[in-house]
Amino acid sequence: MEGDTAAVVCLRGTPVSAGLARGRLVVLADDDPPPSRERGSVAEESSRMQAAIASASAELAALTERVGEAEAQAILAFQVAMLADRVVTEPAFAAIEAGVAAEQGWRTAMDLQIREYHEADDLYFRARASDLRDMRDRVLHTLRGVDATAIAPGSIVVAADLPPSRFLEIAWDGGGVALTQGSPNSHVAMLARSRGVPMLIGLEQADLRGHTEALIDTDNAILVVSPDGKLAVDFASRQQRAGIARAEAERYLNAPAVTASGERVQLLINVADGSELDRLDPACCDGIGLVRTELMLRNAADLADEEKQYQAYCRIVRWADRRPVTIRTLDAGGDKPISGYTVDGEANPFLGVRGLRLSLRHPDVLTTQLRALARAASRGLLKVMVPMVTSPRELDRARVLLDSAVAGLCKERVEYAVPELGMMVEVPAAALAIDLFDADFFSIGSNDLIQYLTASSRDSRGLSPLHDPLQPAVLRLIHEVVRHANAHRVPVSLCGDMASDVRCIPALLDVGLRSLSVAPASVARVKSAIARHRVATPTELPLA
Amino acid sequence: MTSGPLKAGLVPRSRSRAVLTHAGGLHARPAIKLTQLAKRFQSEVWIALAEHGPWIDAKSIARVMATKTPYMATLHFVAEGNDAAEATSALARLVESDFADDGNGG
Repeated sequence: MEGDTAAVVCLRGTPVSAGLARGRLVVLADDDPPPSRERGSVAEESSRMQAAIASASAELAALTERVGEAEAQAILAFQVAMLADRVVTEPAFAAIEAGVAAEQGWRTAMDLQIREYHEADDLYFRARASDLRDMRDRVLHTLRGVDATAIAPGSIVVAADLPPSRFLEIAWDGGGVALTQGSPNSHVAMLARSRGVPMLIGLEQADLRGHTEALIDTDNAILVVSPDGKLAVDFASRQQRAGIARAEAERYLNAPAVTASGERVQLLINVADGSELDRLDPACCDGIGLVRTELMLRNAADLADEEKQYQAYCRIVRWADRRPVTIRTLDAGGDKPISGYTVDGEANPFLGVRGLRLSLRHPDVLTTQLRALARAASRGLLKVMVPMVTSPRELDRARVLLDSAVAGLCKERVEYAVPELGMMVEVPAAALAIDLFDADFFSIGSNDLIQYLTASSRDSRGLSPLHDPLQPAVLRLIHEVVRHANAHRVPVSLCGDMASDVRCIPALLDVGLRSLSVAPASVARVKSAIARHRVATPTELPLA
Repeated sequence: MTSGPLKAGLVPRSRSRAVLTHAGGLHARPAIKLTQLAKRFQSEVWIALAEHGPWIDAKSIARVMATKTPYMATLHFVAEGNDAAEATSALARLVESDFADDGNGG
């Protein structure tokens, strides 16, 4: 815009909230230097401290009223609660008693507590450090009597870290944010995702003085400062296309999945430990296609606790509200060890004693889980699925254990229902002899199937070209399983990453799959990909 | 202003326990509800992750958050005071209901 245009600067970062944004560049200073002022008496400093805490609480309460969504309100409520907790504020008053100014006392006390969160092992608690910094700075600003600089709507904000309450005060309107620090689990990243504000973290440092405009491109993981004309034009057209695609996908979120040729597709979601369900509306899916119980039961005590498992399964069934829920029995081993249960020191754990193989070695543990599942099945449409089945005999043994678990419940007069018993199809030996398995349903686990079929480990980055889900060997095998299942009217679904990958949707529909289980975040995109695809008639199939 | 571990020899007046089925564990939102409820009682109220402590002041959000209670952990409550029984049963109910909003102002 200006006559004297600054040179283009391109900085890399890590995207944590996807999107394209362009606007006026606002660089927030790390921290303002403390203004020099005379320290008052202990009583004066103490009452300044009191007043600053009270006014910061009042500001936060007012902000809570203004922001609509529950998620944002909860973040602010946490800060209000912390400010009201004497355990939090007491050390600052103690420091003031000992002779320091309110600013210093507050900063020292808060920094200590922030460090404790910052050093936590758990990512959730580590991310709370930024909430506490937010609270610390708000009180410091009040003490100094400075107002937060106003940020114009639609700006591209660059900062070290951005406090959640500050984030909520800004009118984003198409703007974005890039932080030199930041964490993908921070509240501000979560808010950015839920409000669709593009965001990068871990941005490369640079002196951005003199620049007035910037754009954020999370597809390319960059912040471009002072973009030139060609870049800007290209960006604008991408922005427009992305806007259309997003609006398009959103339209599909709560609608049933239907192909362009009119076939209904059952769209299920994959669930890890159930914690993600709180944020999801069951109306977006036709049910749950996979619950990974090994992420829910983390130690030997959980494995033995039938009641605890029953409660956890009931909770998921309740959420699903009469939609089908497929719960997979423990798939421990491989990359998911459980101490005191899985076998240690195997040379090749992915080809070792894992999944159902391990469960059959511990029939007591499996029986506990099957009892809990059969009890929860009385509360809704719950199905049981066993992982890593290789030979028909294994599935038969699992069924015997399920039958005897059910018989036990019946004898004890405990409420139960007999759940369907299905299997994961992820071992090539099972896929190739699928007609020999007496399962109530099949679910294709494409991740392991590809890794075992191509003899290449998932974690081996250099081998990723071999993991192409669309290679003929993979599609032919999936086709065979689906053909058998459809011919014998055994329900079949696919629950690997392939189902969440929109590039794979046409191929999966063309081989005859009409049920997919995807990551919750992919539901809208997958439904929109399904809606765009006209299913090929059998003669059009490249595989036939 | 003494909070934290229960003093040795202190006899609990009322106890309860509940399994935390809140997804993700005792995060900010449920921790706020829990401390707000605890503060409504005149009794002193403590919380612990094991039957014999260490005991934490259930009225302090900072201390309750610091327990980093994971999903499916068992929470133990102890209260001492005139309304101790009400406090421990109300807290167990709150956790069992998965921190449902139940019209009592929470």
